[in-house]
Amino acid sequence: MPSSSRLYKTEAIILRARKFGEADRILTLFTPTFGKLEAKAKGVRKTTSRLSGHLQPLNRCMLQLAQGHLTDVITGCETLDSFRRLRDDLELLSRGLYAAELTDRMTAENVQALGTYRLLFDTLNRLDAGTGAETALRFFEMGLLDQAGFRPEVERCVGCGRALEPDGDGATAGFFAPVAGGAVCRDCVPGMAGPRVMTLNGLKVLRLLLRGSYNDVARVNVPPELAEEVERHLRSYIIAVLERDVNSAAFIERLRRDGARMAIEV
Amino acid sequence: MNERSTSTAAPLARLIEEFYKLPGIGPKSAQRLAYFILRMPAPEARSLAEAILEVKDKVTLCSTCQNVTEVDPCRICTDAARDRTIICVVEEPLDILALERTGSYHGLYHVLHGAISPMDGIGPDDLKVSELLNRLRSGETQELILATNPNLEGEATSMYLARLIGPLGLRITRLARGLPAGGDLEYADDVTLTRALEGRQEMNG
Repeated sequence: MPSSSRLYKTEAIILRARKFGEADRILTLFTPTFGKLEAKAKGVRKTTSRLSGHLQPLNRCMLQLAQGHLTDVITGCETLDSFRRLRDDLELLSRGLYAAELTDRMTAENVQALGTYRLLFDTLNRLDAGTGAETALRFFEMGLLDQAGFRPEVERCVGCGRALEPDGDGATAGFFAPVAGGAVCRDCVPGMAGPRVMTLNGLKVLRLLLRGSYNDVARVNVPPELAEEVERHLRSYIIAVLERDVNSAAFIERLRRDGARMAIEV
Repeated sequence: MNERSTSTAAPLARLIEEFYKLPGIGPKSAQRLAYFILRMPAPEARSLAEAILEVKDKVTLCSTCQNVTEVDPCRICTDAARDRTIICVVEEPLDILALERTGSYHGLYHVLHGAISPMDGIGPDDLKVSELLNRLRSGETQELILATNPNLEGEATSMYLARLIGPLGLRITRLARGLPAGGDLEYADDVTLTRALEGRQEMNG
């Protein structure tokens, strides 16, 4: 934990906030130096609070904290980035929250994770830019899985270890089995839980997400069907790793359904 | 709570456990409250118990605005003096008390009983959104004021409602967000300050 001094400063992205007591909030912070930590923000639910505006989830701030008995207490805060565009757009906001929730679930408290911090910060910036939100999210998911030690196997079959080859039809390349940990060839798939057909292009995109830079990924034109397939594979893999669903994903799904329904009604 | 010991009488231990379930009450406060009630005159204790039973028996949600009430529809919804063309959407019943205290609003209300919070898995279906839509479809409403809290969940809820209700063609407004009365400009965060600038108003001297 932080140095011997009772007061310390750190940069942080606020992952989530939950109500506590009469007017306080407990914040989950993600910091470059100390990793994830919880801190109490006193009185921030009152309109007169000087800190409340700075301490909204998804803000990147410079914080001053005082070491407390059980949790540290936030004594000062200055906003570095409030990602306003993301905040004012429900589609982008829901994706930003998804990224924050996933970071919260995939990281441990008090373990430095500078790479993950940068990845989250870059992702929020990309979402805030308003273009390629889905690509940014897929790149984030794969990067986070990789950094948390859950990189899916997409080079070889997780069953027999052989390199994956295109199937006879040239369009598919075996299956993606989330619980088994990644790609599975046609011979090994019997008996595996929840495998889904993986197209050759799907496999290529997954590999690119793992090996390439964000710019490499953003340059590729991914048609909607392929994007959906990659999202499905990654989502099912994340659920298998976490052994639970990510709450914010349901809201993204809801917005999509509402959007589709409105389009039909118009 | 696992502190029930043989030295505490069973009914008292039960009361302590019940108090411990309340928000903001820890084990020590629960004990203090239980012992306070033990020493209370019997009629006062009975009155407290009756008040708890009465609130559960008699208070329901207004079928129109979803506010807590003992008569359905509630007094605000049936008040002929109120402007029936405006509905103010709030998160919690307590927000109505705050708005009523100002004496500046004379329209109707709608209580959502929460705010959209994707990370906690709270979506539109967990709020009184469909009830609001049904009210709006009756056609009496001309303006909808979104008075959810100016925090992330409140903003998300307002954005969602604006998107959902936009096609109905009525006027949708959001409570102004800006500097609090009695605050200092130098402590304002940039989102608040930007909104305050956007919402600036003419001053005629």
